[in-house]
Amino acid sequence: MKPIVPRKYEPVRIGFYICHCGTNIAGMVDVEAVAKYVATLPNVAVSRNYKYMCSDPGQELIQQDIRENRLNRVVVAACSPLLHERTFRKAIEAGGLNPYYFQMVNIREHDAWVHTDRGEATRKAMALARAAIQRVPHHKPLEVKKVAIHPNVLIVGGGIGGIHAALTLANAGKMVYLVEKEPTIGGHMAKFDKTFPTLDCAMCVLSPKMAAVGSHPNIHLWTYSEVAKVDGYVGNFKVTVRRKPRYILEDLCTGCQECVNACVYKEPKFLDEFNLGLGKRKPVFLPFPQAVPPVTMIDPEVCLNFKRGKNPDGSHVVSDKCKKTCVEACGDRKAIDFKQTQEIKEITVGTIIMATGFQIFDAKRVPYYGYGVYPNVYNALEIERLINASGPTEGELVLRNGQVPKKVAIVHCVGSRDENTNRWCSRVCCLYSLKLAHLIQEHTDAEVYNFYIDMRTPGKSMEEFYNRVAEEGMHLIRGRVADVYPDPNDGTTGRLVVQAEDTLTNKILKIPVDMVVLSVGLEPHPEAESLRRMFNLSCSSEGWFLERHPKLAPVNTFTDGIFLAGCCQGPKDIPDTVAQAGAAAAEAFSLIDKGHIEQEPNTAYILDDCSGCKSCIPLCPYTAISFAEDTKKAIINEALCKGCGTCVASCPSGSIVQNLFEDEEIFSEIDGMLATMPGE
Amino acid sequence: MTPENQPSLPSAAWKPRIVAFFCNWCTYTAADLAGVSRMKHAANLRVIRLMCSGRVDPQFIVDALAKGADAVLIGGCHPNDCHYAEGNYKCLRRYQMLQRLLADMGIEPERLRLEWISAAEGEKVKRVVNEMVETVTKLGPLGLPQKFAQWDEEMEHFAEHVAAGEAAADGGCTEHGTKTQPLETAHA
Repeated sequence: MKPIVPRKYEPVRIGFYICHCGTNIAGMVDVEAVAKYVATLPNVAVSRNYKYMCSDPGQELIQQDIRENRLNRVVVAACSPLLHERTFRKAIEAGGLNPYYFQMVNIREHDAWVHTDRGEATRKAMALARAAIQRVPHHKPLEVKKVAIHPNVLIVGGGIGGIHAALTLANAGKMVYLVEKEPTIGGHMAKFDKTFPTLDCAMCVLSPKMAAVGSHPNIHLWTYSEVAKVDGYVGNFKVTVRRKPRYILEDLCTGCQECVNACVYKEPKFLDEFNLGLGKRKPVFLPFPQAVPPVTMIDPEVCLNFKRGKNPDGSHVVSDKCKKTCVEACGDRKAIDFKQTQEIKEITVGTIIMATGFQIFDAKRVPYYGYGVYPNVYNALEIERLINASGPTEGELVLRNGQVPKKVAIVHCVGSRDENTNRWCSRVCCLYSLKLAHLIQEHTDAEVYNFYIDMRTPGKSMEEFYNRVAEEGMHLIRGRVADVYPDPNDGTTGRLVVQAEDTLTNKILKIPVDMVVLSVGLEPHPEAESLRRMFNLSCSSEGWFLERHPKLAPVNTFTDGIFLAGCCQGPKDIPDTVAQAGAAAAEAFSLIDKGHIEQEPNTAYILDDCSGCKSCIPLCPYTAISFAEDTKKAIINEALCKGCGTCVASCPSGSIVQNLFEDEEIFSEIDGMLATMPGE
Repeated sequence: MTPENQPSLPSAAWKPRIVAFFCNWCTYTAADLAGVSRMKHAANLRVIRLMCSGRVDPQFIVDALAKGADAVLIGGCHPNDCHYAEGNYKCLRRYQMLQRLLADMGIEPERLRLEWISAAEGEKVKRVVNEMVETVTKLGPLGLPQKFAQWDEEMEHFAEHVAAGEAAADGGCTEHGTKTQPLETAHA
């Protein structure tokens, strides 16, 4: 279809369309009266009302009018522009008119749906419509901004979510940088024993994927590394990654662990982080047997070859006081390097996927459960390590004094669904509590008591899982645990009494148990706040990264080019994390494959009137404005400009113009909406 | 001003008209959320959408008041949460400057309000709108267009007198006979 070329100095001819939206708008706003009113306004060539403007016939109505009535501007009064501005712009473009000769009026979300008086609602619709009618003649025929997308991807976080996204993209031929804070990938899933509902061994499912990541030619796996700085914008992010020194050369280490065997410390002496302090390790250690990369590391805080204390830049100084039997054992491989320093890497990527996961709720915050005070109170993650065959007790569920518990209480909702700590439900705790109950019974034949508020088991096969394990003889008591205290009748074994009200029988129970397991909830990662500032992401009020729209864009963020996967967006189980990671990978892939992204042409530019006062230059958060020495005027880099308009408002001489939000356009909107409406 | 814009005297049925500048990412979305949740509130607000509260030029606010708005509401993202990093801080600075300016002009401070409303706070939009409408209703109409029209009229009248005074030097004020006298005594 030949595009319509507007004649020079052609008078403005506006087509106005007001949508009924069924009864959503027409039920409160007198749409016919509005259309009639607008028809009386200057520059309006056509004024119609229609049941569903966003439908095909609705759009065709506009296109027909553009052709037959030589319209050169269109105004649609309907729902929110955040919903359908794009739809109508595309319709107008298909009709032969520049898509930016369009203005949308929100008379649904901002009018029909929130007011109760027909007269007032209709007058408001008229005022808003008039504002748009006065604004739209000032619109310019803008071109959409195209930004090229760099094909590389950065994935922050190497848990199951990050791993899955990395493999999906790498298999598609994209270059992926997977940056993980810990010395190995695997995340929380690597710590679990078995996963619900299938009771698959977590590591059996995870380690093939971890190995695939480790050996994939398209994945740069940077563990023990952190993102230090993010600059740029979608398609062109410049990221600085800091690779921390593990004092082992990754390329040379074969993972044989001879250094660990040869260490001057004959016995492990230091608390093992992977086992949550329940086990011990040496200064040189492999984080866990299936670690990827299978490379040991040295803890400079306890290794004898380092001086105590850090340099100001965080590095450790070699004291050379140790025999270095580890170096001897390493021999020809020469993989140990005490002089290793941190490495700063700078990369350019087009898209970023955040998969930074969660932290568990710190049970010390609910002191009445005695975590950290009574030795027999554990949190669920610690139990996972105890029952795990490669854990500190090799799968034996024993208390700290070595005894096997005969009675175990599992307390649900620790830290969750609580106004005093976290309000949300953490989604996975009921299911993992049932799983732990089943595994505890399997390992020890102990009597297990589950204290729950509600039994929440959503998801495929989860209800069946619940039914199956519930029939194995565990006690299910509906009631919050009020208190955990030492058994007054037994001062020696550390037995505890769990006190709760059984709300179904209306009795207060005081049950003596050997072990209390706290089903702790999920919380945003402790570094979520600093991460989100670095990446310019929004957080919800609870601290989870904010998705662009919970239904229509659950993996996108408000920052173009950055996507979310897994628990960093909200608590979820492993199947959902993997699904979301796949979705994030697909979104990233879609951008990369297209090669460019189309951005709203709402950038600002500087007119020749600029006096060179430099007021605008420090205001831009994207440093898009610079001072041109030759012209002695400010100049805006269109590629960096994000269209916030802050500089426009600051210019004392009015020499900065923002496309789509020009001063003239706003002033006409103000004028239009304050005109006296019929009936006022 | 177009004929429709000609100010009429505020009648007993006067209702406040408030112009709002909402930032696209937070406040406008919150207002949409209030709509989707059907949170009913007063109908006196007319929203202009901008990309950022940092785009709010003090001239917009002054222009709105001059064109007949009884109050202006600015909505932006919470400090530290601006979609464009710092725009809301710039807005805050301008707002504080403008408050002093408006006070000097004799305009009540309650007629300009700045609120930080995040995309999830539909409830806050409803509350702020209702509160503001109540407050401004109590304050009464600002009526700047009417005041301007009145001043224009007075100036015309005054101009006529000046012209008449000059004529009086030649032959008397048209309204008050032929004797020249100071305007003050003529209109005492």
